[in-house]
Order: sequence, then C-alpha cells, then structure tokens
Amino acid sequence: MTIGIGHYLTVAACLFTLGMLGIFLNRKNVIIILMSIELMLLAVNINFVAFSYFLGDIVGQVFTLLNLTVAAAEAAIGLAIVVVYFRNRGSIAVEDINMMKG
Amino acid sequence: MIYAAIVFLPGLGALIVGLFGRLLGIRPSELITTSLLIVSCVLSWFVFWRVGFGHETAHVAIERWITSGELDVAWALKIDTLTAVMFVVVTTVSSLVHIYSIGYMDEDPSRPRFFSYLSGFTFAMLMLVTSDNLVQLFFGWEGVGLFSYLLVGFWYQKPAANAAAIKAFVVNRVGDFGFAMGIFGIFFIFRSVNFEQIFAAAPGVAGQTFLFLSYEVDILTTLCLLLFMGAMGKSAQFLLHTWLPDAMEGPTPVSALIHAATMVTAGVFMVARLSPLFDLAPVALGFVTLIGSFTAFFAATIAVVQNDIKRVIAYSTCSQLGYMFAACGIGAFSMGIFHLTCHAFFKSLLFLCAGSVKHALHEEQDMRKMGGMAPKMRITWLMMIAGGLALSGFGIPQIGGFAGFYSKDAIIVASYAAGTYNNYAFWFLLLGAFLTAVYIWRLILMTFHGKTRMSAQDYAHLHESPWTMLVALLGLGLGAAFAGALGIHTFIGEGANVFWGSAVVQTKEVELYQAMHTELPEWVHWSTFTAMALGTFMPFLYYVLVPSLPAITSRVFYPIYVFLLNKWYIDELYDLIFVRPTFWIANVLWKVGDIGIINGLIDGTAAGVYRITGRAVRLQTGYIYTYAFAMLVGLALFMTWFMFMGGVR
Repeated sequence: MTIGIGHYLTVAACLFTLGMLGIFLNRKNVIIILMSIELMLLAVNINFVAFSYFLGDIVGQVFTLLNLTVAAAEAAIGLAIVVVYFRNRGSIAVEDINMMKG
Repeated sequence: MIYAAIVFLPGLGALIVGLFGRLLGIRPSELITTSLLIVSCVLSWFVFWRVGFGHETAHVAIERWITSGELDVAWALKIDTLTAVMFVVVTTVSSLVHIYSIGYMDEDPSRPRFFSYLSGFTFAMLMLVTSDNLVQLFFGWEGVGLFSYLLVGFWYQKPAANAAAIKAFVVNRVGDFGFAMGIFGIFFIFRSVNFEQIFAAAPGVAGQTFLFLSYEVDILTTLCLLLFMGAMGKSAQFLLHTWLPDAMEGPTPVSALIHAATMVTAGVFMVARLSPLFDLAPVALGFVTLIGSFTAFFAATIAVVQNDIKRVIAYSTCSQLGYMFAACGIGAFSMGIFHLTCHAFFKSLLFLCAGSVKHALHEEQDMRKMGGMAPKMRITWLMMIAGGLALSGFGIPQIGGFAGFYSKDAIIVASYAAGTYNNYAFWFLLLGAFLTAVYIWRLILMTFHGKTRMSAQDYAHLHESPWTMLVALLGLGLGAAFAGALGIHTFIGEGANVFWGSAVVQTKEVELYQAMHTELPEWVHWSTFTAMALGTFMPFLYYVLVPSLPAITSRVFYPIYVFLLNKWYIDELYDLIFVRPTFWIANVLWKVGDIGIINGLIDGTAAGVYRITGRAVRLQTGYIYTYAFAMLVGLALFMTWFMFMGGVR
C-alpha cells in the first residue's frame, strides 16, 4: 500500500477535529483548551508539509517552521495568562470563566 | 412736543413707579403718578382748546417702527379734534380716578403696583387714541387689554378675580381675531396701514367685490365687519359682552376708569376714527346699528333685575355703549363721540359713588343689604343722584338738563330720523331709555333710601369717604351735570362741521340733523322725555309708594324674572356651545390621543425592545466554547453555501 496525500490529509483532518472537539466538550481545564489549540495547529502543519512534499515546493516546510515558533510563543503566553488568572481567581475551570456574559 | 408730553408723561410715571415703587414708598409713588397725570390733563385741556376751537391739527412723527417691503409703520401722533376730545376724556377721568384711588385704596399694601398699572393703562389708551396707523392702534388696543387684565386681577388672591381677568382677556381675543384679520385685509387691499392713505384710497375700492367660496362679497363691507368684530369685543357688545360684568371683580376705580370711561369706548373710538371707511360700507353700518341698538335694550333689561350694585352699572355701561354704536351705525359718528364724552363723566361718577358706598360698607356689593344710607353719606348720595339724572337723561325739553339728556336723546331721535327697518333701532333705544331710568333709580332707592337692611352695628359705622374721593366725585359730578349743555352746540348740530373738521365723516349726520328738526312728528321729540319720566316714576312706585310690589311682580312674571336674573342665559349658552365641547375634545385628546396612542406607541416600543433584548442577552453566555462553537457552525454554513452556490457572484 502506498501512502498518498489522501492519508496525510485524513490524519490532519482527524487531528483538527479532535482539537476542535477538545475545545467544545472540555468543561474542566483551560490548559486542555490550550493543548487542543496546539493540536489544531499541528494538524495544519501536517497539511503544509504534505502539500509541500507532494507538490515539490519547499515553501510549505519553511512556513511550518515559522508556525512552530508562533505555537511555542503562543503556548508560553497562554500558560502565563493561565497562571496569572489562577492567582487572581483561584480557579482555572472553564465553567468558572464566564464573567463576560450578557 | 406738548402732544408727546401728554402721551408719554403717564407712561413715564408708570415706568418709574413700576420699577422703583418699592424703593420710593407708597406715598411718593401715588404722588408721582397722580401729579404727572394732572400735568397731562391740564395740557390736554389746552390742546382741546387749541385743536377744537383753533382748528389746528398736527402730525408728530416720533420714530420709525417696522419697515419691511411695502409695510411701513411708524410711531406717530395724529392730532385732530377726535384725538383732542379723547385726550380730555381720558386724562380728566384718569387723573380724577388717580386722586380718588389715593383715598379708596388706603388699606391696600401694594398701592405702588396699582398706581403703576393705572398710569400704564392711561399711557396705552393715549397711544391708542393718537395713533395714525392701524398697527399703532392695535398696539394701544392690546396695551389697554393687558392693563385691564392686570387690574381686574389686581387682587390676585381672589380666585374670582383671576377667573374674571382671564375671561376678559380670552373674550377680547375672540374680538381681536376679527380686528387683526381686518388689519391684514386692509393691508392686503390698500397696501398701507396708514389712515391717511387708507382713507384716500377707500372711495376707489367702494363697491368692489371679491370671490369667497364662489360668493361675491363686498370688500369694504367685509373689512368693516371684521374691524367691528374687534370693537364688539373691546366695547362689550351683544355676544361678546360677557366679560364686562365679571370684570367688576377688579377694584372700583378700575371699573370707573377702564370699564366705563375709557377702554370700553375704544371700540366706538375706532369706528369713529375709521368713519370714512365705514361710511362707504352701508351694510356694515346696518350691522353696527343692529348690534348697538339691541345691546342697548338687552343689557338694560338685565340691569333692571341685578342685585349687585356694580353689576347694575356694568350692564348699564354695556347698554350705553350700545347707544354709541347705534349712533355710529346710523352715520351720526359725532353724536356717538358726544355720548361717549358725556357717558365717560357720568358713568365713572356712578362707579366712583358705588365705590364710595362699598368703601363705607367694607366691600359689600349686594344692594339687598343696603338701604337708608343717604343721611350718613350726603355728598356721595347727591353725586349719585347727579349721575343718575345724567344717565337717565333727565331734563326738560326746550329748557335744559343733565348730560344724558342731550347726548342720549339726540341719538334716539336721530335713530328715528334715520328710518331703520320698522324703526327697530328707535324702539330698542327708546325702550332702553325707559329701562335705564328704571334701573338707575332702583339702584339709588335701594341703596340710599327706605329702611336700612344692614345690621345696626354696620349702620352705625357708616361714614362719608375721605376728601380725596369726594374731590373726584365733585369733579365728575360737574362733568355729569354740565358736559351735555356745554357740548351740545359744539359737538353736534350746525356748528359741528367746523369743530370736527375732517376728523369724522359728517355727511349723513348733517342730513339727519336737518331731518330731526324739520320732518319728524312732534311725538318723537316727546317720546324720550316720556320714557325717562315713566322710567323714573316706576322705581318710586315699586320701592317707595308700594314696597310689596317688587316681590309680587317677580312672582307673577317668574319665568321672565329668572330669565333676566340669569342674564338671558348667555353664559350658560356659551358654556354649552364652546366650553364643554372644548373640555370634551381636550379630554378625548388627552386620554385617548396622548395617553392611549402616543404614550402607548412609545412605551410599547420600549417594552418590546426590552423583552427582545432580554432574550438576546442569553446568547452571550460568557463561555468561550459557546463562541467557538458558534464560529464553527457559522464557518460550516458559509462553506456549505459556497460549495453549493459556487461562491460569490
């Protein structure tokens, strides 16, 4: 069995959906939301690399490296926010973060 | 200069006392206004002599007022005989009333205000009689209306006084509506509001018509009728008379000055001033005659049964104004002005006497609680009799008599000579003359004679009024006694042309005067004397000879008595026709229109928005996953749409 682009894209789509569902269905911990976002970013990265390889264009892989940098920075900032939030409010449960409701 | 001084001195006094009355104190306020008015009065007599007998007319331009396109209105004084006569009447009565008020108002704390109003009124009235154009006339017209309002409501603590003041103002607005329309119409037709220019152009317009709702209407008749509507309001003629008796709520000197001698005669003055215009509109003049003569009769019938001493005199004023209008209506304008002059003296005399009586009784006005006052108040009693004789036209033909004998009888005889339809004007006026004598002698007998009907304590406290009041009474008494005899040959008759000059139109009057002295049957000349004599005898019969007669008569003629006592139910009629429907409409507009529809719409919209947003805010949960879910669903929908519709076209 040859592994074609379809397989790569399927894996990426599965990862993306998992990440999305992680955001919707998770009621407990904000860190899990951060992880889910990370997961979605990685799914996109897989897409980039797969297309880069199959279309013979190196730009996709360069972009993936930039993406990873952004993801690292984002994770750092996100975790810092979560820490500060926990200090101020004593909880990082998603259910408790609803001050902006109407 | 002297003319401007006459007009502006009272205004100056009003201004000084009105602004600085509290600083000046009461006595200086009285002295300032009164002395300025006396100066003005002396100057007026001088002007009267110079203009009336020296035949010197003048036109004093003071200031430009409104210049807009063709409209050019200036402040200017037009001085001719008519103005001079009004000068004398207004300033004489006004200064005597000022003097009288010093005594009469001696217990009132706000006298500076009172004197300021009185002088201000005199200024407005003088402005009215000197105006040389209709707009300035209107200024004076509204000015006297304003001061009348302020003075009727002078005792603003009394609800009745406030109601009367508002009624006087509102009823006058009805008349002023017509007056203003008349002025607009005159400007529309003549392109000027200046008397000289109007009179010069009037003969060219006579007989012309305009189309109104496909009817052909005579221009001058319409204009004159509209202007006369204003006169009816101001001069309290039938249909617009209801405010005058109520205006008696004001202090009595006010009634004497405003509601007897000056302001209410403004209507007559206006008709006389515009006599060249009215002379060209015979239909309008016919209407003037009808209203005037009917009012003369109508108001007299009411006066006969009233019990309030001031109301009797108020209705009498209404009635006498009717005589003046009747005279103007038959074309005898100078007779109207002659009666105006005489009436000013004797009617303000009667009012001031009534005030003197009230002063002695501490504001009691009901004649049923008076009687037997003659021995206690000799001078007031004598003056009241002089006023009564003048009003009823007492006199002996061929020899002489009091003021009314000359002026009123001349009007009655002239109305016969004028030959109205079935001589209705003559009969109305003659009946009116009979009733005049009845009510005024009834008033005097009920007040001063017979057994007193007040308590012994009150009776013991009766006192003659202070000298300031008596001086005014004596001054007016002289006028009431001699104004007629002195004026008869100057104001009307052969020499009148010379006296009046071009101030009032004389053409018809000359014919009437000749007819009065040649063609009339002898009985017409005697009829006025007979009516007066009979009218004088009746109250003596009723109140002296057979004191039980009034009660019997009122029982036998009960419906008529009640009808008259309720003033022909005119007030009730107006209440039914105008007041109640207005209230009803206002109520409907308030409850249904305002509260129901307007408030309902706005409140309903607001409540709806509140309800909808109350639901909408629930969408905003504050949970991130909800928003993310919404984004996803939205994204999915958009993508589906793009896929099936093929993107944006």
